[in-house]
Amino acid sequence: MRFFILIVLVVFLGMNYAFAAGDAEKPPQMDWSFSGPFGTYDRGALQRGFQVYKQVCSACHGMDLKSYRNLTDLGFSEDEVKAIAAEYTVIDGPNDEGEMFERPARPSDRFKNPYPNEEAAKYANNGALPPDMSLITKARKDGANYTYGILVGYEEAPAEKELMAGQYYNKYMAGNVIAMAPPLSDGIIGYEDGTDETVEQYAKDVTQFLVWAAEPELEERKQMGIKVILFLLVFSGIMYAVKKKIWADVKH
Amino acid sequence: MGSADRKPFDNPAIEWVDSRLPIFTMINKEYGVFPTPRNFNYFWNFGAIAMVILVLMLLTGITLAMNYVPHADYAFNSVERIMRDVNFGWLIRYMHMNGAHFFFVAVYIHIFRGMYYGSYKSPRELLWILGVVILLLMMATAFMGYVLPWGQMSFWGATVITNLFSAIPLVGDSIVTWLWGGFSVDNPTLNRFFALHFLLPFVIFAVVVLHVWALHVTGSNNPLGIDTKGPQDTLPFHPYYTMKDTFGILAFLIVYAAFVFFMPNALGHADNYIPADPLVTPAHIVPEWYFLPFYAILRAITFDIGIPFTDIVFIEAKLGGVIAMFGSIALLFALPFLDKHPVRSARFRPWFRIAMLLMVVNFFLLMVCGAKPAEGVWVILSQIGTLYYYAFFLVLIPFFNKKEPVKELPPSIHEAVLKGA
Repeated sequence: MRFFILIVLVVFLGMNYAFAAGDAEKPPQMDWSFSGPFGTYDRGALQRGFQVYKQVCSACHGMDLKSYRNLTDLGFSEDEVKAIAAEYTVIDGPNDEGEMFERPARPSDRFKNPYPNEEAAKYANNGALPPDMSLITKARKDGANYTYGILVGYEEAPAEKELMAGQYYNKYMAGNVIAMAPPLSDGIIGYEDGTDETVEQYAKDVTQFLVWAAEPELEERKQMGIKVILFLLVFSGIMYAVKKKIWADVKH
Repeated sequence: MGSADRKPFDNPAIEWVDSRLPIFTMINKEYGVFPTPRNFNYFWNFGAIAMVILVLMLLTGITLAMNYVPHADYAFNSVERIMRDVNFGWLIRYMHMNGAHFFFVAVYIHIFRGMYYGSYKSPRELLWILGVVILLLMMATAFMGYVLPWGQMSFWGATVITNLFSAIPLVGDSIVTWLWGGFSVDNPTLNRFFALHFLLPFVIFAVVVLHVWALHVTGSNNPLGIDTKGPQDTLPFHPYYTMKDTFGILAFLIVYAAFVFFMPNALGHADNYIPADPLVTPAHIVPEWYFLPFYAILRAITFDIGIPFTDIVFIEAKLGGVIAMFGSIALLFALPFLDKHPVRSARFRPWFRIAMLLMVVNFFLLMVCGAKPAEGVWVILSQIGTLYYYAFFLVLIPFFNKKEPVKELPPSIHEAVLKGA
């Protein structure tokens, strides 16, 4: 019976993977600090990633689910967050005269979206809507590696592949065609902590930032998980011993 | 439930309640001294495990409902608010989401155990039928729950599944419009799904009560499939099986917790983290894994059924698929009446045993087929799987009724246990 169950599992898993087909290359499998049961975010990478998002990605991609106050997770102090928020101007209102007005953003405000609405975003991007980045690593299969892959996966299109204006070749994109121009190039962002200013490093940092944006609870979740699993292991071990004891003099 | 033969309790408070409402007498009778076969294996844990998961789903579900907004414009973001801003919202939501997966894991193993050891046979037919009713209710509840986050897979899954009813001749399209509350899956659909998703778990709970009640009338089956013949064959439920269930539940929870805390989205689809968009259809619309075998049966019927070599069609392919899918559940209801073989346990039925184990392989095969695009070899494999599923119930089991040789049954559980069988 046990052997049989094993065979079923092996066949099942084997079939599932053997036939997993796709037209895009499998993204590079990176070694992330946040993967594994003990994984945590690297605060330096998160802050650098935020810098990349702020200086490059945020020109087109909104992050509607994030507020400036969330940035304290990255290791910024409350005053630093206030200062970051104040760099943006948001529309508030109506005031008591019924007028909408502009004011500097506060930590409680959501990240400012680069476009006033979806139509404006599409119009500015040849009809393609730049997706919101708040959940992007959860909304794609193998999200972190995929996001990294897209950022480093631009290549010269092979001769037989015809691209229209505003299309680019990316080996990790489904169908290999992407409407986003290569966003990163070496040296475009100045890091203050002396980290390499390469496309790969930018991509790694901003990917980690986006994983944090999608799963801000990740560290708390994993740390709680360790305790829960340890508790359940000990408790079930004790319960097994009690069960053994109770059943000891019963033939079954 | 009569209190005529009630024994008084020593504790005055318990005695005061029990003499007015003999609830403690009942608990003692049904869960204390309840005579239970002494030879259960670990497959007999899964009823209790499913019960624990059901309670867990109710508790987390009610808490989620306090923070969820059932509106097409707000549903997706309200779930994200639960994940981000509600205290421990991520924990409750991941427990609920993965709880659905593990509810099906427990229930499918529970059903396998019932089939393999012949628990559906006389006198437990009604017990089995109530169980299949629970499965159907669970499927409806899980489907509607999956729609609530209003992601891409929610929206398109709801569209595909509700559209199945359009296959019904003449009135199909009207029924679909009625189900939707409009001309497409939209806010009214989400609202009613939320109301029903809140209601059905309590209906499930009620049917579980009937299921357990029926169990306590007939008593449990056991791995040998033979009746208990006296006290030497049984043990009191407490402490023997309360303890064994406690251990089994905790072991199951370890696996469950590993998913909740370390890979909470491993069993789901990434597409459901994209907000629902009626204008963008996902490349592959795939239901959750627990529906995949039935989804494969649905898609296996790729041909019209009519008179060969003419244009006369009785059943179009789409309707055929819907009938085949619902029929696959209907066969479970009919199982106790199809299988007339006198022996319950597959241990003593060499042919049935092989057919049943192949059924398990077939279930996984159909699951894989359901996840793949309906093209090429996957269509053929789905058709083979569907054919075997139906043949198991309608050809093999009736054939075994008459022809299957029987291994010698042990005289009693007690003697089998002493011999170490």
